[in-house]
Amino acid sequence: MAFVPPARHLLRAKDLADARYFERLGVDELAHAAGLSRAHFSREFRRAFGESPHAYLLTRRLERAAALLRTTDRSVADVCFSVGLQSVGSFTTSFTRTYGVPPQAYRGAHPPASEHALVPACVVRFYGRPQHRTFREDSTAAPV
Amino acid sequence: MIRLSSAQLWVHDQDEALEFWTRKVGMEVRADVTLPEMGDFRWLTVGPPGQDDVAIVLMAIPAPPVMDEETAEQVRNLMAKGFAGTVFLTTEDVRSDYDQLKARGVEFTDDLQERPYGIDSGFRDPSGNSIRLTEVRDLATLG
Repeated sequence: MAFVPPARHLLRAKDLADARYFERLGVDELAHAAGLSRAHFSREFRRAFGESPHAYLLTRRLERAAALLRTTDRSVADVCFSVGLQSVGSFTTSFTRTYGVPPQAYRGAHPPASEHALVPACVVRFYGRPQHRTFREDSTAAPV
Repeated sequence: MIRLSSAQLWVHDQDEALEFWTRKVGMEVRADVTLPEMGDFRWLTVGPPGQDDVAIVLMAIPAPPVMDEETAEQVRNLMAKGFAGTVFLTTEDVRSDYDQLKARGVEFTDDLQERPYGIDSGFRDPSGNSIRLTEVRDLATLG
């Protein structure tokens, strides 16, 4: 059988964090993906990639959360759950420590998501067109 | 230079489509904005991680006055029949991605098959849209 460098197993865990960060994923699941015990895995992961698996998974989630805060109008709680974190309080703390400001302030420091969305002119033209009203409807709707 | 930015896909239900394209196919949300001034129109786009300048717009079938009910029904029927369009995805390892998507509940209409251009497979989104997932053979090796 061909020799597989040990780092290949660690990369499998890293890929899992990148791909499934929005699930209830923790270091135990990452260690399982690498086929190592939790303690051994954490040690080897740090040696290979320069940071702990917990830190890698958390920063992956925070990076996605920051993107969702900039590009969507979802609530902070929704963003938190969307990236696989379970506690809004812990999310706010981690986010603030990483980005220097709380999630809501981070969002406020960027242009509104509706500007980022760049809804094309053809869509605005179609969806912005009002429903046609007739005089007859006006007289029916108006209170007598 | 003209570049591809995004392409639109009609979907029956945007929440269902979002769940499918992100949780099952593995794409990222690029924009999710609801605009009250446009009748709560929701601009929802997803794209593959690492390919930031390309997105799929998951577009709900509009109601009147944007689209009359008869046309909307025709679009729904086209989707249900699988004639509303196809998204072509490529990957470097189709066998691995095929296994992962299957494990997440994606129902493949075409299992992996060797083709002259590579290894091809196909599945549908919940709306009935056709999606191809292909590992394209190195063009240099094609005769």
